[in-house]
Amino acid sequence: MIAIIDYGAGNIFSVKNALDYLGLESKLTSEKSDLEAADALILPGVGAFPAAWRKLCESGLVDTIKAQSQVKPFMGICLGMQLLFEKSFEFEECEGLGLVKGYVDKIPDTGLVIPHMGWNKLEYANPCPLFEGLGDNFVYFVHSYQAFCPDGELNAYVEYGGKVPAVVSDGKFVYGCQFHPEKSGKTGLKILENFAGLIGTR
Amino acid sequence: MLAKRIIPCLDVRDGKVVKGVNFEGIKEVGDPVECAYEYNLQGADEIVFYDITASHEGRGVILDVVCETAKKVFVPLTVGGGIKTVDDIRNTLRAGADKVSVNSQAVQNPQLIRDGADIFGSQCICVGVDAKAVSPGKWTVYINGGRIDMGLDLIDWVKKCEQLGAGEICLNSIDTDGVRGGFDLPMLKAVVDAVKIPVIASGGAGKLGDFAEAFLETDCSAALAASLFHFHELTVGQVKDDCRSKGIIVR
Repeated sequence: MIAIIDYGAGNIFSVKNALDYLGLESKLTSEKSDLEAADALILPGVGAFPAAWRKLCESGLVDTIKAQSQVKPFMGICLGMQLLFEKSFEFEECEGLGLVKGYVDKIPDTGLVIPHMGWNKLEYANPCPLFEGLGDNFVYFVHSYQAFCPDGELNAYVEYGGKVPAVVSDGKFVYGCQFHPEKSGKTGLKILENFAGLIGTR
Repeated sequence: MLAKRIIPCLDVRDGKVVKGVNFEGIKEVGDPVECAYEYNLQGADEIVFYDITASHEGRGVILDVVCETAKKVFVPLTVGGGIKTVDDIRNTLRAGADKVSVNSQAVQNPQLIRDGADIFGSQCICVGVDAKAVSPGKWTVYINGGRIDMGLDLIDWVKKCEQLGAGEICLNSIDTDGVRGGFDLPMLKAVVDAVKIPVIASGGAGKLGDFAEAFLETDCSAALAASLFHFHELTVGQVKDDCRSKGIIVR
């Protein structure tokens, strides 16, 4: 079972719909015991970083998430990906989960439209099991803030004025996707399927 | 670089896809969930449901359509038509839509754009605009499906939409809509130059090359068509192949 962490931030049903479509058992939950029992975890999220961080703290799940992310596959999506980092500067300096090195700040202004919204092409930086068997590599983005992280944590980026991190990982169990795999057609579904394929690996 | 988007639009009434000329002689032509699924297989980058259900009681049906579509189509879904209040926006997004498109209601109550953007984010508020030329290089905005001229200057209006927090403009030319002679390039260019937010070209696509022409001649971000795709005259895949062969980045 894949636990989709429900902490009151954003539309979590589309992630559930995608996993259902793939025939992967999942559960929307905010129960600590579900996170511990799950085979893998997904942290979704839409909105502003500080508000989401507060909700996550109020849910009382932060310590459980930190512990479970070290023993089973864990994926953050969009704002959920940004929450993986050490801190964010969206509106105010705010602490994050600190599972991946780096921070979150505004997409630098290069005259392009912000938010970065639409289909953009993944450019691969470091090999990653999530990329197995992808057809086209266009995925769907909607965001105004981006991650800034060391090259070692970066698996894929897209070009939008500069390099915008798209997939990051800690090299073990923790993955983050800035785009929405659940809205990225066949390519996105394959990425979710690859993530589920990590269950039971070490 | 973002890919240029090709967006099929489904006109839906009482839960059925309909097609007619100027809302007259409307006939039912299919199940919206199945049509959306088919477009998804063809490579649609986004799907728009335009609800033309007349009665207020019938409004819930489109939400069921979106909810069912979201279970099998994994690209962004937009719902337009009849969205009047913040609650309408909330209910539509909750049903599984990623964006709403507001049109006449936004002209009559521009605050709806600001409230929607503040509460749900600019990315989910698209403003649909119907406009018609009054003289070369000058257009006015119409409401109620192109029936009422508001005497509002198109360029002033799209700038105002952007200031209010619209995430996107879907620009429909009444002059080219249904004529099938290509998109209204002068109008499109004027709007693209006036705002920084993405502009979707709508109204007038009649043949394969019309889409690439809009992308080559203007900086629009996406192009939308309804009947052309609906009657299988063209597939989304064919349009993309044509764009690709002309050096345009598509998914």
